[in-house]
Amino acid sequence: MTKTIPDVICPFCGTLCDDLEVVVSDDGKKLLEVYNACVIGTEKFLHSQATDRVTRPRLAQPDGTYKEISYEEAADYTAKMLAAAKKPLMYGWSSTNCEAQSMGHEIAEMVGAVVDNTAAVCHGTTLIAVQDIGLPTCTLGEVKNRADRIIFWGCNPAHAHPRHMSRYSIFPRGFFTGKGHKSRKIVVVDPRVTDTAKMADIHLQITQGQDYELLNAFRVAIRGEWLPDVVAGIPKERIYEAAEMLKGGRFGIIFFGMGVTQTLGKNHNIDEAIAVTKDLNDYTKFSIMPMRGHYNVTGSGEVLAWQFGYPYSVDLSRGFARYNPGDTSSIDLLARGEVDAMFTLGSDPGSHFPFRCVKRISELPSVCVDPHLTPTSGVSKLHVPVAFVGVEVGGNCYRMDNVPIDARKVVEPPEGMLTDEQFLTMVRDRVKKIKGVA
Amino acid sequence: MATINVNLISGRSIQQGVAMEGGKEKPLYRTACGIIELDPSDLKKLGAWKNTNVRVTSEYGSVVVKAIETTQGPHPGIAFIPMGPWANQIVNPNTYSTGMPTFKGTPVKVEVAPNQPVLLGIELVQKACRGEPT
Repeated sequence: MTKTIPDVICPFCGTLCDDLEVVVSDDGKKLLEVYNACVIGTEKFLHSQATDRVTRPRLAQPDGTYKEISYEEAADYTAKMLAAAKKPLMYGWSSTNCEAQSMGHEIAEMVGAVVDNTAAVCHGTTLIAVQDIGLPTCTLGEVKNRADRIIFWGCNPAHAHPRHMSRYSIFPRGFFTGKGHKSRKIVVVDPRVTDTAKMADIHLQITQGQDYELLNAFRVAIRGEWLPDVVAGIPKERIYEAAEMLKGGRFGIIFFGMGVTQTLGKNHNIDEAIAVTKDLNDYTKFSIMPMRGHYNVTGSGEVLAWQFGYPYSVDLSRGFARYNPGDTSSIDLLARGEVDAMFTLGSDPGSHFPFRCVKRISELPSVCVDPHLTPTSGVSKLHVPVAFVGVEVGGNCYRMDNVPIDARKVVEPPEGMLTDEQFLTMVRDRVKKIKGVA
Repeated sequence: MATINVNLISGRSIQQGVAMEGGKEKPLYRTACGIIELDPSDLKKLGAWKNTNVRVTSEYGSVVVKAIETTQGPHPGIAFIPMGPWANQIVNPNTYSTGMPTFKGTPVKVEVAPNQPVLLGIELVQKACRGEPT
């Protein structure tokens, strides 16, 4: 016999879907099927069952092979590395629960580390813009029930947040949006004709890198002022048309993604997007929301902000919290060679950092805590596999609209495997001893 | 052999997401991310068949990937490599004091390289870290 577990949380993207059904074997040890999840979420659940999974820590040997060691030895190694470093970088945190993040921060405070999460290469510039001019935002429930004007600016949820459109933004029938997608108008701004753009009422195929110009043109068009004939590759008539459509809604929202945060202009692009939202509020109700990537990157920002006052790139090396992206951010620290040890948990900078930074990681003493084999584990000296959060251990996570949701455990991890939090607790206790902290 | 100059952006694709969660050591990850999506007109200018290996070079590095016809086009002049180790060999790492590398908008040169292999993800990163050609 099998058991079906309802209302399971999906630990893949920031949409944090909470309606999955997972079929497990009667003894709760095998995960058999996943319903309702997108193809990526399904793969994440099923990969936890892979037979070739690494289940014990592995220490890289000089000849390129790996030696299996115990979790105790791995915790000793990690604690010694962190305690000996002058300015270690503790990066990642987005694919784990808030409990583990908090434990990690405790270690970081003792060893004087820089703590950074994946916002560094994702929505970090958004956070800078929010600190600049604020964020008029709402929850995804409000979007589902009220929003009739949706903008996707530089994001492609059809690929990155596959169920976002069906659960919240385009198709669902909400309280005031009873006709589903027929009650909504969609605007997509993207230099490619993405699969999201194919669903749009208006697709503005912008010249890559000119988001600031077009956002600025929107502010002008919303006020009905003069525009040049073409802005960022878009004829002015289309900008006026889109602006009028947005003003004509009852409740609108701008979702934005990497297209604006990683393009030149960076935080200033988002400043301008937030200013567009502010301007539209002179005519109707408008909100804006970043499309957060990892399922708990928002949670990492919340926990860091709650504990140290800043949402990412927090430098604790002087004994108090400093925050200055560009100075205390992972990419810059690695590129300039300013850190002397690398601890990665719940992220894969080996794949997703520019190569210059990856090379630096390979030269440093390094520990990678990750359930998967990744390029980061491939260049780190020690790889510590752990249980999958959201599959084999529960814990608190934050959805992209800052709503906390408790992830659920659905299946047992392989025999003897630890969770992120258990491993970090072992490291914390050892660091305490080394540092002589009571 | 013809070369073309295009504007490179990187980002998520659903195949990238699935392959990443399925295991980055597997060949599927290379199939999903070791590619460059080019507009049909750019492929024509390059004089390459679809699914030919090409060498993509920027000011910051060089990598071999497979050129495929874009799935989300047309977008002449723009090339897309899904986020991952292949794209990160060549993207602009400069943050201009924002903490954020410029993952979108790197000028690159594409040339046909039919006899050079596209490496697996972990292998690519390890080789590049040792300073071997990728």
